[in-house]
Amino acid sequence: MSAELAYAGAAELARRVRAREVSAVELTDAFLARIDAHDGALGAYLAVDHEGARNRALIVDAMIAAGQDPGPLAGVPVGVKDVIVTEGLVTTAASRILDGWVPPYDATAVARLRAAGAIVLGKLNCDEFAMGSSNERSGYRPCQNPWDLGRVPGGSSGGSAAAVAAGLAAATLGTDTGGSIRQPAAFCGVVGLKPTYGRVSRWGAIAFASSLDQIGPLAGSVEDCALLLEVIAGADPRDATSIDQPAPSLRPALTAGVAGLKVGLPREYFEGALDPEVAAAVRAAGDALVTAGAELREVTLPHTRFALPAYYVVAPAEAASNLARYDGVRFGHRGGGRELAEMYATTRAEGFGPEVKRRIMIGTYALRAGHYEAYYRKAQQVRALIKRDFDQAFEEVDVLLTPTTPTAAFARGEKAAPLDMYLADVFTLACNLAGIPGLAVPVGATASGLPIGAQLLGRALDEVTLVRAGAELERAFGTRRPPAYEGAA
Amino acid sequence: MSDLATLLESWEPVIGLEVHVQLACESKAFSPSATSFGAPPNSLTDPTVLGLPGALPTFNAHALELALRLGVATGAKIRARCRFARKHYFYPDLPKGYQISQYDEPLCEEGGIELWLGGVRKKVRLQRIHLEEDAGKNLHHGTASLVDLNRAGVPLCEVVTLPDLHSAEEAAEYMRALHRLVRWLGVGEGDMEKGQLRCDANVSVRRRGEDRLGVRTELKNINSFRFVHRAIEHEIARQVRILEDGGQVERETRLWDADAGVSQPMRSKEEIADYRYFPDPDLPPLAVDGPTMRKVITTMPELPVPRLERFMREYGLPFDDAALLTDDRERADYLDEAVRAAGDGALARPIASFMLTELLRVLDGQPIAKAPVAPAALAELIALVAGEVISGKIAKDVFAKMCASGEGAQHIVDRDDLRQISDEATLRGLCEELLAAHPRQVEQYRAGKDSLLGFFVGQLMKATGGKANPALSTKLLEQLLAAT
Repeated sequence: MSAELAYAGAAELARRVRAREVSAVELTDAFLARIDAHDGALGAYLAVDHEGARNRALIVDAMIAAGQDPGPLAGVPVGVKDVIVTEGLVTTAASRILDGWVPPYDATAVARLRAAGAIVLGKLNCDEFAMGSSNERSGYRPCQNPWDLGRVPGGSSGGSAAAVAAGLAAATLGTDTGGSIRQPAAFCGVVGLKPTYGRVSRWGAIAFASSLDQIGPLAGSVEDCALLLEVIAGADPRDATSIDQPAPSLRPALTAGVAGLKVGLPREYFEGALDPEVAAAVRAAGDALVTAGAELREVTLPHTRFALPAYYVVAPAEAASNLARYDGVRFGHRGGGRELAEMYATTRAEGFGPEVKRRIMIGTYALRAGHYEAYYRKAQQVRALIKRDFDQAFEEVDVLLTPTTPTAAFARGEKAAPLDMYLADVFTLACNLAGIPGLAVPVGATASGLPIGAQLLGRALDEVTLVRAGAELERAFGTRRPPAYEGAA
Repeated sequence: MSDLATLLESWEPVIGLEVHVQLACESKAFSPSATSFGAPPNSLTDPTVLGLPGALPTFNAHALELALRLGVATGAKIRARCRFARKHYFYPDLPKGYQISQYDEPLCEEGGIELWLGGVRKKVRLQRIHLEEDAGKNLHHGTASLVDLNRAGVPLCEVVTLPDLHSAEEAAEYMRALHRLVRWLGVGEGDMEKGQLRCDANVSVRRRGEDRLGVRTELKNINSFRFVHRAIEHEIARQVRILEDGGQVERETRLWDADAGVSQPMRSKEEIADYRYFPDPDLPPLAVDGPTMRKVITTMPELPVPRLERFMREYGLPFDDAALLTDDRERADYLDEAVRAAGDGALARPIASFMLTELLRVLDGQPIAKAPVAPAALAELIALVAGEVISGKIAKDVFAKMCASGEGAQHIVDRDDLRQISDEATLRGLCEELLAAHPRQVEQYRAGKDSLLGFFVGQLMKATGGKANPALSTKLLEQLLAAT
């Protein structure tokens, strides 16, 4: 198919399908053909559902033929990160321990996508159980960066970002626990939106760290992210932590402009090991907002440096607990053994990769009797301080502008030491600890042509302002596509 | 165990109980599956019960209301906001690898359960009542182990006492009182055979007069009222013998084996698990709101112990009768309703005694809800006896007819002409005829064989089909026999 279709975007494709300019089946077949042609080298998908996708597309076309409206995502081919469960479609969280597991139910976000007419093409690669920042920790195969196959796409939602960048899905779902949507979006030059905690139901999101996890969209434009969030957001009785608010109306904000908007530059996000090219690009983004009528202010988030240590207590503690269910008894991989304890040990030793084991160990240690006060509770106290930092900043400004990542996409194997890898998320973690929304938007490229992403952080439940400012940056910096895929059939 | 009785003169048992009460909810604590008993294995499951990846818990508000009823009834302090915590351990019947329970912020603290022990009223103090979910069940078939998760996620509350109990009898009586209270409040069915009430006991002994507690053991798997007594008595005896022999009791968990009548060590102190409790991030803090509390408080019934005392005070019932009639709430309600229908407090005692004899005999172990005679109908019958319209003996026959046909007492008495003959002239005539017919016995009586009075009364009853007023008949016969 024409690359034009592959990059037309979700909103535009839905418009064409509803206008009968293209059928859902044609679109689906075209994207499936692109996946078959290009994904072998890229590694964005762990499973492609040719049959299921075509069947769903037939239904959408039948609805249109019958004069019914299939919904705002009519016929739009999407991909879903493999930590989000899909009924009847193998879901592994990129872990060997869930090898071949077929969920009997859909995540709420997936059910809402389907109900809006979207076609699920398949399941997207990621770091195992969403633990990683490079997609190198997938239990199956790494995913590459479409801009440079020698570089990582970021993580954990690497496949979700790479698929959008390479035109292998019109939009995708990812999850973000400490930056897992925004960091890969920045590395791959796409837009990624981490909603306010509780905005999107976690029902069906395989838990990594329950108090931090959020499902969110990745797409080629701010508009498409806004559209997807409108579809998947809203209270869900099956998730007790979902916020009792209807889905927000975001698309009107796309054209609202930023006149009078107060934008904060948090001092702490421009210090330390920040790559000068990234710093310059983000400052240029600030200037672009000023040109469009916004007001720029420096603000301070004094507890920022505690975000990483607090995160690496809370997230592993919750992960160790959430991953206790992978015991070989009811589903997934089962190891051998003459008695119960041995079966547990071999199941988990064989099924989990090294990074997952590392975090289970850290989390188990942190929750031991007598350690809880010193670690988990202390980290929760730090969390409260970080949240207060944001609350105070948002008394002065409407939105914060920061780099998404300290550098552009790094090379495969470059960050072998766990701590180096953890530092790749240093600008994105605080957002999850505070539960606020964040948006990563492309703002140009390095001299070597790698995408750079700016991050916008907003008040809880104020995704509207993120969309407003993000759309302005998009107008200023445009969108770029990796030439190797943009030019391909 | 008379030697134990002797030993207990110098040793004092100290017992605390942890009882799991299954709450009478239609659906599970954190998901929509049903909670019925005896369903095919693993049929009452859903993604949450199975602990499937991506599944989440949402709390069943009905469980909160039921636990609050128990909290209010025991006078506990209720937390306006409490938290669920995850309790971690690996076992095949625990699908998530953790149980959702409560740890440092239980729903209820303090309070107590009142009971009568050997004629003395006692309050067993509670430490806490918390909410949690049940685990599933492992079934062992030869070398294979199977898991049934029907019970997994069933809502429970755990009722924990302070170490306020001092004998196996007291522990058993506490269990009966808790069982009664749970059923009384509609909090649970409390059927121990179905595992709806399960007891773990912490047992220690110390020299009488000693303040410090001895080393305790925890007994698990006590699943009938009889075993509560037996298991605890066995454990007390075991500990006393160890200490008498100069040994030391080991801090351990022991499993009660009902078949063998002994307990076996399950795990020692060193192996006591670290449950790695922490607040469950999937569940927001549980808030007890005003309307829920108001509903619980305004619908709180009169509790068993105050009701027992009222029955003694207002109805003049002896303790044993009052205790039997407050053993379950429906019985007590039946009595109150019958007394209300009779409109005469003086009838309470005869109504109660008729219930305890005739009605319970007819019910033959069935609950009073199955009573074939409504409270008002029974009151009508007892009023006929009290008004000397019929005799107590005829009343039993009338009652049998009421049970069989559902007809009213007055109607049966009228139709079958069962009115007592209380007219003195009529009775006197009947008595004179009787004496004339039995001259030999009259002679013997008059010669001093007093016991023959019974013979005459019996003959009179026979002749009247039991309708002769017994008191009046006896009086008249005595007069006629004495006269001469």
